[in-house]
Amino acid sequence: MIYREAGDFKTSYAADNQTFPIRGDRVAYYLVIAFAFLVVPFFINDYWANSIVLPFLIYAIAALGLNILIGYCGQLSLGSGAFMAVGAYATFKLTVAFPGMSIVFVILLAGLVTAAVGVLFGLPSLRIKGFYLAVATLAAQFFLIWLFTQQPWFYNNSPTGMISMPTREFLGYPVTGARASAVSMYLFCLMFAVALAWLARNLTRGTMGRKWMAIRDMDIAAEIIGVNPMLAKLSAFAVSSFFIGVAGALLFGVYLGAVEAGEAFGIDKSFLILFMVIIGGLGSILGSFLGAAFLIVGPVLLKLLLVNQLGWPSDLAAHLEIMIVGALILVVLILEPHGMTALWRTIKEKLRLWPFPH
Amino acid sequence: MLDTKPDEGYTTADGRQIGGVAMEMKNITLRFGGVVAIKDISFDIRWGEIRAIIGPNGAGKSSMLNVISGFYHPQDGEVWYKGYRRARMRPYQVARTGIARTFQNIALFEGMSVLDNIMTGRLNLMNAGFISQAMWWGKAAREEEEHREKVEKVIDFLEIQHIRKTPVARLPYGLKKRVELARALAAEPSILLLDEPMAGMNVEEKEDMSRFILDVNDEFNTTIVLIEHDMGVVMDLSDRVVVMDYGKKIGDGTPDEVRNNEEVIKAYLGVEHD
Repeated sequence: MIYREAGDFKTSYAADNQTFPIRGDRVAYYLVIAFAFLVVPFFINDYWANSIVLPFLIYAIAALGLNILIGYCGQLSLGSGAFMAVGAYATFKLTVAFPGMSIVFVILLAGLVTAAVGVLFGLPSLRIKGFYLAVATLAAQFFLIWLFTQQPWFYNNSPTGMISMPTREFLGYPVTGARASAVSMYLFCLMFAVALAWLARNLTRGTMGRKWMAIRDMDIAAEIIGVNPMLAKLSAFAVSSFFIGVAGALLFGVYLGAVEAGEAFGIDKSFLILFMVIIGGLGSILGSFLGAAFLIVGPVLLKLLLVNQLGWPSDLAAHLEIMIVGALILVVLILEPHGMTALWRTIKEKLRLWPFPH
Repeated sequence: MLDTKPDEGYTTADGRQIGGVAMEMKNITLRFGGVVAIKDISFDIRWGEIRAIIGPNGAGKSSMLNVISGFYHPQDGEVWYKGYRRARMRPYQVARTGIARTFQNIALFEGMSVLDNIMTGRLNLMNAGFISQAMWWGKAAREEEEHREKVEKVIDFLEIQHIRKTPVARLPYGLKKRVELARALAAEPSILLLDEPMAGMNVEEKEDMSRFILDVNDEFNTTIVLIEHDMGVVMDLSDRVVVMDYGKKIGDGTPDEVRNNEEVIKAYLGVEHD
């Protein structure tokens, strides 16, 4: 009976409004954060960092961004891959042009550039919605990738058409480039992921979030009660693109090191992030992390199981992996159409009464 | 008869003091292509009164309310509000001038809790900046608490404490109507527009809703414009009634005057042809 809400009385509105009103949740949250910052760094190695932890953290940031747009504001977008590319190319151009600038600052600036581009491509949302908007954002996907692969200015005329990240240090430790260690890359990405998740939570719990959700649930009623639909939609596009831009910057700068836009940020990335958001749970911060975990960690665990434990040939395992993950997506969505967070919520409701049925 | 003086208002039968003109509709005409929804209608709304708009289906009542809340823009005519001619406004701008409304078909935000729904009513009164909200520091956190307190008063007033944290989608119809009224009230409007607040309710729910409407008017001195089909309710609640039929105004006055108006009787009951 550790996890329960009975007897946990609130005496102020601030206490009632806090992110984790149940003490068990609060403790678990602090434990996870402490574990991630204090314990994981001592055990992480290159394999774990590169195959699971870094992509998980980076895609979780992207999923958070897309969740703000789709899950909170109800604006469908299929341009996330391209927005990640904007973040990546902005980081490249900025850090090459200003080698002395702090890498954190560069990445934040890249996020702001992406936010501006996102607002630009969010303009159609003022007139169209739903699937039609999704198709309009496809224009962003194809146009931006075309721009980054065909215009030499963006990749500084490199003969391969690729951009590669020079070594940059943060607090004296290299976090990008070949010399960066697994620990420093991990802590660098973790820092961004935690800070941005906190930011997303704050933005969605207050006035801003309510405006977004009002537009999502019924845009006409939202306008009648005084929400300026243009500001609400465009701010969602801006914040969402900022997150996705930062994710793109980290994916390029920290994780991959060298990318080519068409290959790394194609439409399949847009879909991957969209799936994370839908499987994790629309309109939920936790859901973004769960969705990213499912689609990043799931395949790796499967591969470990099939190849290392059962000794199957790796090409067979690779094909099976795709099929099994696909089937798992279907299973999750049939069991719980509202994503893994809803599953978690159901478990919580059951736990409240356990071991009694009623 | 009312003892109406042009600028000072009048006193109702039960002794409430009604003020001067809050809003005046002057020769409003609204067309949708060839269909004339509202034909040259003029009437006024006075501070503190409960003003009803009645009429058969398709008479243009809801269109009239939509004109007031800025959702439709009439082709002809003027809306005067607080002594000034109102320029063409978007609905969210109208909301910021102190006009709140409820809808005929409930328009709550189904994905949010009751509390969040009512908090949206106060959006226009909250103005913490983006950075403050993102950091949840200073103004944003303080403001959230202050407005929560105001919202709790509305929740208390409408007796919906027990469903505070329930998602709106799970509520029964009658409670949804009440939550919608709560959201409109949370905005602290000067004029409250109610579009069929009692449609689809049973007698008990209607009585509750009537009591809330009277209480709102009495306690907050809110001016209320109301569309309703239930004649008994309208005649009991309202101070003055506008009667519409086929987009035209066929009667205007106290419930008693309207009840005895020949044209109104004709529209509602029909007349004998000899």
